[in-house]
Amino acid sequence: MKLLLSWLREFVDVDLPVPELARRLIDATAEVEGWETIGAGWDPERIRVAQVVAVEPHPNADRLRLATVETGSGLQQVVCGAPNIAAGQKVAFATEGAVLIDGHTGETAKLKLRPIRGVESAGMVLSEKELGLSDSHEGILVLPDDAVVGRPLVEQLGDVLFDISTWANRADLLGVLGLAREVSALVSRPLREPSTEYSEAGPPTESLASVTVQDPDLCPRFMVSVIQDVTLGPSPAWMQERLLRHGMRPINNVVDITNYVMIETGQPLHAFDYDLVRGKQLIARRAVPGEKLVTLDGVEREFDGQMVLVCDGEGPVSVAGVMGGGNSEVSESTRTILLEAANWVPGNIRRTSMYLKLRSEASLRFEKGLGPEMAEFALKRALHLFEQLTGGTVSRGVIDVYPGKRPPRTIILPAARIEQVLGYAIGPDEVRRILSDLGFLCHHLPPDRYSVQPPYWRPDVLIADDLIEDVARIHGYDKLPATKLRGSLPEPEPRPVEDLRERVRDLAVGLGFQEIITYSLTEKQKLERVVAPGDVRRMAPLSVVNPVAARHTYLRTSLRAGLLETYAANRRQHDGPLRMFEVGQEFLPVEADLPHERKVFCALAGGTREARWAKAGDDRLDFFDAKGAAEAVLGALGVPGTFAAANEFGLLEGHTARVASGKQPVGVVAQVHPDTAAAFDIDEPVFMVELWLEDLVRVLPERPAYLAPSRFPEMRHDLALLIDTATPAVRLVDIVRSHRSGTVRITADIFDEYRGRGVPEGKKSLAVAVRYQAEDRTLTDEEVARIETGLLKRLEKELGAVRR
Amino acid sequence: MTASAASPDALREEALAALSEATDEPALERWRAGWLGRQDGRVTLLLRAVREQPPEQRAAFGQAANAVKQTLEAALAERQESLKQAALKALSTTAALDVTLPGRPQAIGRLHPVTQTLRDCIKAFQEMGFRVAEGPEVEWSAYNFDAMRSPEDHPARDMWDTIWVDTLLNGERKMLLRTHTSPNQARVMERTPEPPVRVIVPGKCYRQEATDATHEWMLTQIEGLAVDEGVRMSDLKGVLYEFARKMFGQDRKVIFHHSYFPFVEPGVEMAMDCFICRGSGAECRTCHGTGWIEILGAGMVHPEIIENAGYDSSKVTGFAFGLGVERVALLRWGIEDIRHFYANDLRFLGQF
Ligand SMILES: [Zn+2]
Repeated sequence: MKLLLSWLREFVDVDLPVPELARRLIDATAEVEGWETIGAGWDPERIRVAQVVAVEPHPNADRLRLATVETGSGLQQVVCGAPNIAAGQKVAFATEGAVLIDGHTGETAKLKLRPIRGVESAGMVLSEKELGLSDSHEGILVLPDDAVVGRPLVEQLGDVLFDISTWANRADLLGVLGLAREVSALVSRPLREPSTEYSEAGPPTESLASVTVQDPDLCPRFMVSVIQDVTLGPSPAWMQERLLRHGMRPINNVVDITNYVMIETGQPLHAFDYDLVRGKQLIARRAVPGEKLVTLDGVEREFDGQMVLVCDGEGPVSVAGVMGGGNSEVSESTRTILLEAANWVPGNIRRTSMYLKLRSEASLRFEKGLGPEMAEFALKRALHLFEQLTGGTVSRGVIDVYPGKRPPRTIILPAARIEQVLGYAIGPDEVRRILSDLGFLCHHLPPDRYSVQPPYWRPDVLIADDLIEDVARIHGYDKLPATKLRGSLPEPEPRPVEDLRERVRDLAVGLGFQEIITYSLTEKQKLERVVAPGDVRRMAPLSVVNPVAARHTYLRTSLRAGLLETYAANRRQHDGPLRMFEVGQEFLPVEADLPHERKVFCALAGGTREARWAKAGDDRLDFFDAKGAAEAVLGALGVPGTFAAANEFGLLEGHTARVASGKQPVGVVAQVHPDTAAAFDIDEPVFMVELWLEDLVRVLPERPAYLAPSRFPEMRHDLALLIDTATPAVRLVDIVRSHRSGTVRITADIFDEYRGRGVPEGKKSLAVAVRYQAEDRTLTDEEVARIETGLLKRLEKELGAVRR
Repeated sequence: MTASAASPDALREEALAALSEATDEPALERWRAGWLGRQDGRVTLLLRAVREQPPEQRAAFGQAANAVKQTLEAALAERQESLKQAALKALSTTAALDVTLPGRPQAIGRLHPVTQTLRDCIKAFQEMGFRVAEGPEVEWSAYNFDAMRSPEDHPARDMWDTIWVDTLLNGERKMLLRTHTSPNQARVMERTPEPPVRVIVPGKCYRQEATDATHEWMLTQIEGLAVDEGVRMSDLKGVLYEFARKMFGQDRKVIFHHSYFPFVEPGVEMAMDCFICRGSGAECRTCHGTGWIEILGAGMVHPEIIENAGYDSSKVTGFAFGLGVERVALLRWGIEDIRHFYANDLRFLGQF
């Protein structure tokens, strides 16, 4: 909504500086997006109002004339080329040095006077373009007759145009008058409503037209009046000027009046050419599905059975509350106007305009909910202007079909509720002052209640708290104190998965992984690269109807695609190692329900290890780096993990391990299959860790198993053992760990694997650090040797392992 | 001439002369083995030669030989110490490092700036007694809109351009990507039979919106909700004031101005004074010269929503707020373009 300061001032005296007025409006009423100062560049000394006293021909040029102007400080002679200049006109007059826009080049320049065709010129009579008011350079700007000669033009014509975004519940603020009411309350100055006076003549309206509301559930009120003997023509300059400022193109006096009144009051009106209304009747009814009408914009519209049409005796003439039809449009030949002022159910108008993709100035207002009484005010205001500006005769009486008439609402506002809601009290005088200024009828019912009737233009006010908002915002939120919340705290809700998620995030960061966050919506073909064809749920991702872009159409059922994409994009920027992870949700479809939002940790690592200058080598991150990260996370969480060879879609066989804890699978560690990586433009080995947080949480110990550090030293003895290449190393470790000898605890850590020269075919050599620990004594070499002999026998028997 | 034949004095002089020529640890070791070695060190042999001496000379010879041994041992220790000192000296001089060479890169991970900011925000509210809950990102229209007093055909729906999920239930489109975290107001109250409620709900939201430097279609919000007897709008201001100070500095000021959300009454927007220019910068990029930065929308929970939760709205009141986490992150680090966050360029992410 645009708002001209001069128009606002017609209704309320406001002399606040513009930024201050804007701030007050923002604080209490609506968002002021900005403002434009009209005439900001007009030098008050050099550009003033003048009056043309005489016009004579230029002695040396047929197309130029000499004008004598009264500047307020004496007569001056100027040379002027404008065809429309005439004696008696009030004009804008510039003297040497005034900053103007050049009428031909459009550039800003200081006025330099020089003789034109041999005649001195004391100044310049200005066009709209030279003042920056419009692009019109056809003739000079003619000011209203009441313009004061000698007055700086900026005082005469300067203005401020605000750009205001109003809130969705306040249709009344889509009118200058509504905003003026707010300002009136904000500055405590009275409101002057515009005139609605007119005289009636001619035949009764009821003899000229009839109105039927067939669907009163959608049309609370329908009013019409008839104006006869209208003289169609342009509307006056001041009206055109205001319409243009508010973004509406002037058309003719009839249409301009309806638009002007809409901007002024917020209530849309519609003018029909009476002679084109068949049967001289208007019917408000639901459309017959498939019914059609060509609207004023020249587009043929088709309606469904929920949309409301205004029809004449033969068919549709207007889409109710949205746009009129071309078949009854006011034109040059129009003599009689049938003027409609109606009220429509907001939700229905909104639905219609959305379905038709036709959002008009009218529908934007109706859909926010206009009070039905506003129709009457606006109709009368328009009739006043019709009488003044079209020469027409207003028929006697208005037709008013008002099925939605309701008695005025009364809201009881307990005074204590104000303090209960706001946290501080506002006294009765101030409450009454504010509500009255806003147009409410407010009675204080001592000792502790108010009885309040909202004005007709405020259908948004329904309950006591709505009144409290109006009081609080006009009173000023700067007066609202800041206090501390009191009362008891609620019980905490346990959030084991979320807590685990945050721990895993921190662990991953500690291991050198960078967190990324990718979009939840992706492409199906990207998901298909990482999801097994047999995984029915993940292969049927949910899609969205209206994605922001085609590549964000499907709700991801795997995090892997997003990570691989991100990896590839960053590889283009970076050498060296890349380690990244995301903790996010897979959206797994569930029949007839919201999807399962499965929380998953997924990490990728690849590339050469950290560059070690002064140490040669291009050692790459590998599977065991990824596995080490998984082990570190599980270890820190106190979850004993096992890794077993596995084969999964998109991952390289022989380089994939399923991670489990006990019988519970919790994730996977793998090299991403080179073909899959290549599909994401990655041409190097890349390794993945995926942990399924909702599964992991099931095996998460409440607290880590604690073992007091022993007071006695641990004995370490390294072994090199040969076993079959096919035997998983973990079996050796498991046997050592399970070996018992009294209270001695035995653990094994593999620190190398070797195949090749010196190791028989089909065998591998494992280097194992075996550690012996007794809780109650220092072990002797002999004791360790004895246990080791038993252990080696067992390893040989169970694994065929022999010392190398 | 055998070792035993040499006189102790001559032996000592010869040994000391040889020691002075040993200039490193291996040479010293060779010298030690040659002179003081247990098996056949020449001084060891000398000591063994005591027995070969005529009885009357044995005592004197023995004394002299022992004196030689002690002298040489002391000389060796002194020589070792001086070599060690020289080596240390060399470490600090000839072997001194160019300490301006770069350190070797270490693997370091970081949390995403949105996660960092989210955590800081959560912590600020947790310190004020707020619990944390989460809710679904794919949501029913009934929670996202209807429970939030924005039924279909309500103009308030223009405030959120919705991404709808392509599923029909009983022929109707009911599933969407939540446009805000507010549906969790209803969800949390639904599972809380009695007040108090004091909770924040962080999470991702989605908007059908063109992106630019200040708009992103996926965003992170924190919903705040406090419902109890005696919860006042002034408490809302207190909580948000505290939040602004914790996140943006102790000297922050906050103001409310009027706003509209269908699910609160009264509704406000909160702004804080610009911590960059402190209100003095007409050219300030952060506050656009206004001196104030819009931070979040808030208000008192609409009595109808309190009633829908089964609470008595004449006794129970509440406040709610919704905070954009990316906006807070943009502000705190002076980031110029919101689209950086989900582009996941490590050159960006590595800075936080
Ligand atoms: Zn600033």
